[in-house]
Amino acid sequence: MIKAILIFNNHGKPRLSKFYEHYSEDTEQQIIRETFHLVSKRDENVCNFLEGGMLIGGSENKLIYRHYATLYFVFCVDSSESELGILDLIQVFVETLDKCFENVCELDLIFHVDKVHNILAEMVMGGMVLETNMNEIITQVDAQNKMEKSETFIFQSPRQDR
Amino acid sequence: MALKIVKGSIDRMFDKNLQDLVRGIRNHKEDEAKYISTCIDEIKQELKQDNIAVKSNAVCKLTYLQMLGYDVSWAAFNIVEVMSSSKFTYKRIGYLAASQCFHESTDVIMLTTNQIRKDLSSPNQYDTGVALTGLSCFVTPDLARDLANDIMTLMSHTKPYIRKKAVLIMYKVFLKYPESLRPAFPRMKEKLEDPDPGVQSAAVNVICELARRNPKNYLSLAPLFFKLMTSSTNNWVLIKIIKLFGALTPLEPRLGKKLIEPLTNLIHSTSAMSLLYECVNTVIAVLISLSSGMPNHSASIQLCVQKLRILIEDSDQNLKYLGLLAMSKILKTHPKSVQSHKDLILQCLDDKDESIRLRALDLLYGMVSKKNLMEIVKKLMLHVDKAEGTTYRDELLTKIIDICSQSNYQYITNFEWYISILVELTRLEGTRHGHLIASQMLDVAIRVKAIRAFAVAQMATLLDNAHLLTGNTQHNGICEVLYAAAWICGEFSEHLEDPMATLEAMLRPKVATLPGHIQAVYVQNAAKLFSTVLRGQEGAPADSKVAQETSQLLIDRLPVFVQSANLEVQERASCILQLVKYIQKLQQKDVEVAEEVTALFAGELNPVAPKAQKKVPVPEGLDLDAWINEPPSGSESEDEGRKTKTKGKAVFAKEESRHTKPRYTEVDEKELAKRREVRKAEQANNPFYIKASPSSQKVYQEAVGVEHIPVVQIDLSVPLKVPGMPMSDQYVKQEEERREKNKADRKKKDKKKRREKGRQRRGDSGPESEEDITPAHMVDIVTEEMPENALPSDDDDKDPNDPHKALNIDLDKPLADSEKKLPVRTHRPDEGLKSPVEDGEGLEVASEPKKKSGKEKKDKERKKGKEKKKKKKHKQEEGDNLIEAGSEEPAQSEVTNDVAAQPPTSTPEEAAAVADPPPPASSPEAASGVAAVVPDSEPEETKSSKHKKKKQKKEEKDKKKKKHQHHHHHSDGAGDESVQNGTVEEEEPLPPMSNYALLAENSYIKMVCDIQGNLHDGSQVVVSVIFENKCDSFIKSMEFNVMDSLNSKLQRPEGAGPHDSLTVPFQLPPGISNEARFIFSMQSIVMPQKLKGTLTFIVKVSWSCSPQSTHIPHYPNQIEVYLSRVPNTTGVDL
Repeated sequence: MIKAILIFNNHGKPRLSKFYEHYSEDTEQQIIRETFHLVSKRDENVCNFLEGGMLIGGSENKLIYRHYATLYFVFCVDSSESELGILDLIQVFVETLDKCFENVCELDLIFHVDKVHNILAEMVMGGMVLETNMNEIITQVDAQNKMEKSETFIFQSPRQDR
Repeated sequence: MALKIVKGSIDRMFDKNLQDLVRGIRNHKEDEAKYISTCIDEIKQELKQDNIAVKSNAVCKLTYLQMLGYDVSWAAFNIVEVMSSSKFTYKRIGYLAASQCFHESTDVIMLTTNQIRKDLSSPNQYDTGVALTGLSCFVTPDLARDLANDIMTLMSHTKPYIRKKAVLIMYKVFLKYPESLRPAFPRMKEKLEDPDPGVQSAAVNVICELARRNPKNYLSLAPLFFKLMTSSTNNWVLIKIIKLFGALTPLEPRLGKKLIEPLTNLIHSTSAMSLLYECVNTVIAVLISLSSGMPNHSASIQLCVQKLRILIEDSDQNLKYLGLLAMSKILKTHPKSVQSHKDLILQCLDDKDESIRLRALDLLYGMVSKKNLMEIVKKLMLHVDKAEGTTYRDELLTKIIDICSQSNYQYITNFEWYISILVELTRLEGTRHGHLIASQMLDVAIRVKAIRAFAVAQMATLLDNAHLLTGNTQHNGICEVLYAAAWICGEFSEHLEDPMATLEAMLRPKVATLPGHIQAVYVQNAAKLFSTVLRGQEGAPADSKVAQETSQLLIDRLPVFVQSANLEVQERASCILQLVKYIQKLQQKDVEVAEEVTALFAGELNPVAPKAQKKVPVPEGLDLDAWINEPPSGSESEDEGRKTKTKGKAVFAKEESRHTKPRYTEVDEKELAKRREVRKAEQANNPFYIKASPSSQKVYQEAVGVEHIPVVQIDLSVPLKVPGMPMSDQYVKQEEERREKNKADRKKKDKKKRREKGRQRRGDSGPESEEDITPAHMVDIVTEEMPENALPSDDDDKDPNDPHKALNIDLDKPLADSEKKLPVRTHRPDEGLKSPVEDGEGLEVASEPKKKSGKEKKDKERKKGKEKKKKKKHKQEEGDNLIEAGSEEPAQSEVTNDVAAQPPTSTPEEAAAVADPPPPASSPEAASGVAAVVPDSEPEETKSSKHKKKKQKKEEKDKKKKKHQHHHHHSDGAGDESVQNGTVEEEEPLPPMSNYALLAENSYIKMVCDIQGNLHDGSQVVVSVIFENKCDSFIKSMEFNVMDSLNSKLQRPEGAGPHDSLTVPFQLPPGISNEARFIFSMQSIVMPQKLKGTLTFIVKVSWSCSPQSTHIPHYPNQIEVYLSRVPNTTGVDL
């Protein structure tokens, strides 16, 4: 199971947080801060696994992260997930973002966090990996966006009339 | 004009979308909080608008603010509104917000059930998808129960996109509603072979998650997984399956044997590192489970270790890390194979990556042997010196101690060396683990008798150099070792070379700056040393001056401690001070006191196993939970009452507790003294009791909680080189020399032997084996004491709150009929209305097998109403007492909790009976009436399918009166149940006069119906339908038909086909209404059911007969109404 997915930048500003277990808002912020603290002090050329963030808890859990330019992608997983598999999944996630946003950069995530959530929802559901095939993910995301566009068109036209 | 303003403001607000909000926040870096609070105010305004677009935009912004840590739960209702928008765009926003901020205690969640159900069955797959995704994040037990069937249906959806989501979410449903696991599992299993790889992968995912927690229930799936493993090419699926096998093999060794070959093939063939790694991991798990039959598998071990070595040598830090991780698993069972890679692992200790160093440290733990322990520890000590961060250094320190002390100091051949290692470790700056070192010192000194002399000497040096340890601050974790040092020196003072000097060192004024508990030990042990000094002096009577000087020293120095703020120190110091003063007096009279003083501290201390106390078996007849003395209570009379009650139980209090208080204490004192005597005698005979006499203080030492010591950082400015302390390195050298010598000796011996034995074993001088290394000096390691008949049981410390525990369900048992569909749990009665009676016994009452027929639920009773109710109330009190008797009936209510685990024989009745309510609210009268009616209703019971025509009301009233009287006859005996039922119901709010809900209506006829569980047969539901003729014509030949669903069946007379209609047994003149009842047999009552039926009838008009037909529509919303009003009605809705 994936317990949480966090994206934050080099300064610890959260860009996306998805918790698959419930925490209060304060605890969530604390987890983000702590995770940032743990991850940010690591060198570039060390391994991408980190044991035991205290908050997300338990000796069973691991932090698996990747650092891309200005962003950290951190997955907190338990022992049922394959470490290398999750690293691959992060890669798929980032590549998918790259395709969907066309050369993704931090600004895309800052302004379109809802879209990032929608993409993520096609990959991971309730803490379990749903789809790892990038093409499939993109197809579904595109189809939904198309639907949204057709709807907004219908909607906005009367508004313009006013 | 006004409209324009309104419109403008709407537009302006609407224009501030998520992007604007983010931009705004970024532009207000300095007063972000203030800006956001104005934004939230705006959002609140927007949420008040009717326009769903504005609302959803607001909700979208809230989702962002939630991520920033703002609580947005106040908008939960608005989120639900947005979720229920018909437009996908808004729906998605709503569900996203809900998934981010809803949780089990969000109360509006219960409003979402119908909306979610609607979305799940939406023709648009993305509506369904979005609902599933959202639900996966906030599913509650209620939602899981209510939606389980819908989701299960989706598992067979035509679109794989929906199927895979439905399959995944089932895991969450199982967690929240474990009863659904068994019924849903067959379908889940089918999905393992779904044509779509995504669905297949999802099913594997779910089953792996389930099996990981309760592997034994999933063993039967092994062949299926085995097939998947050999056929699948999807690495994700393979990894999951292989991981699953890792969890299954420990339970079924035969599986492991089968797995080895395909796994080895995969290891050889795959190029994916992740897969390779998981294969190796599982092979390791297999090999661990196959503890026997080793020789066949040494090749596999070698293969694993070899592959892991490749991983560890890889430049990729991730692989290195994982390689070490897997290595540590092999280590547990096959330490030898790992030990050959010691070089590699030691190399990893130098890695720049701390995670890798820590992993390597873990490995070291298992790699030590008698042979290499010193060497490895020496290396670690070097690292300790080099380590930069305190965390890593502390980790090293604990690892060193772990490694050395593991399995009862198995690998330590030279305890002198170990003591000096410990002493060296005390020089660590700012370590937090002073107490760890201290406890090791104590442990070794106590348990290894041979080492005491050496240890005492070392400790004396430590005490002498205490100032180096404590440094300039007293906030120092390491000073804990002084605790151990002082105690060892005192306790084993006979080994001290110069007790006088040590005594002096222990009484230095600086000691007063140490933490209190350490000072206390100092003071106490100073007294022990004092006795040793006295004894030493009196052996040589020539010089009594020294003894007197010692007394004087104590008398001079102890007052500092007497003034200590620490109570413990103060008490001991003043006690000992007075003792010494007294001794001094005796000394001045030349009385020999040494013996008496020594006697104070005589006796041996034995180590006691940490769990010893817990393992002492409780003597028969001793109830640990019983009061020893009754707790004090206010009023005498109350006291009296309780005493008489507990009289039998009070083992210790006996009769005294009856006396009035003053006498009580008096007697108690005497008693106490007596008991103390008895206890002492008992203890004297008990070999497991640490003898307190003659020095009861000694026991105290261990009792000081080391854990409670404040742990503080220290910075030492003085370089630590304690003069006169042996370096552990010396021992390494000594050890080597000694071994060389031993070897040489042995060779000589061997030669001799060989010569004797001829040429049999030539060239057999390979590497030393473990056994060849003899300890430097024979050490007698005292084992820890355990009580004689200690229970071997090891405590199962499983977390009782683990949600997965509930999923430990046997899935191999065939499903009983009742389980084919999801089982029902009674809908929870409204908390507010719940009566205490209902709370406890309600279920049992409901589940009584002898249910009275519910058929007598007739409007007559309802009409009769109030007078009856009054009577009832009188009855109620009586009923309260009777309830206990009633609840002794076989408590079937257990079944509710455990429906899934029911034996397959359990009939639907049983499940239904339990789930079946205390009869619905409207029937207090009904129940009582029923009890009376028993004889009359018998014919009905036998022909339950026959619809009894109702009599006219007047007639019934007469009848009622009769029954009423009848009832009184029954009320003493047979009336039990009815009374109970009555009590239960009485607690509920008074029912409306009519429970009948509109079923269908057209210009000719109106149908209202009431649904009741059949109290006589739990698997049946009685639907009473009142037909009212609304037209001016005669209605006849009414035929009622309902399409049977899987779950519910209209009971038809024997011989009728499954689709035949039932004739309504009466005709309706204009304006007249009459009631007919239809009985449905139910398979399951989990879900509210929707049935569709038709009524055909002929309206007799003067000029023609025209067949008409009324379709009975569904009233999905009515279900809600029903269930909340009559919580326990089986959820049939027509």
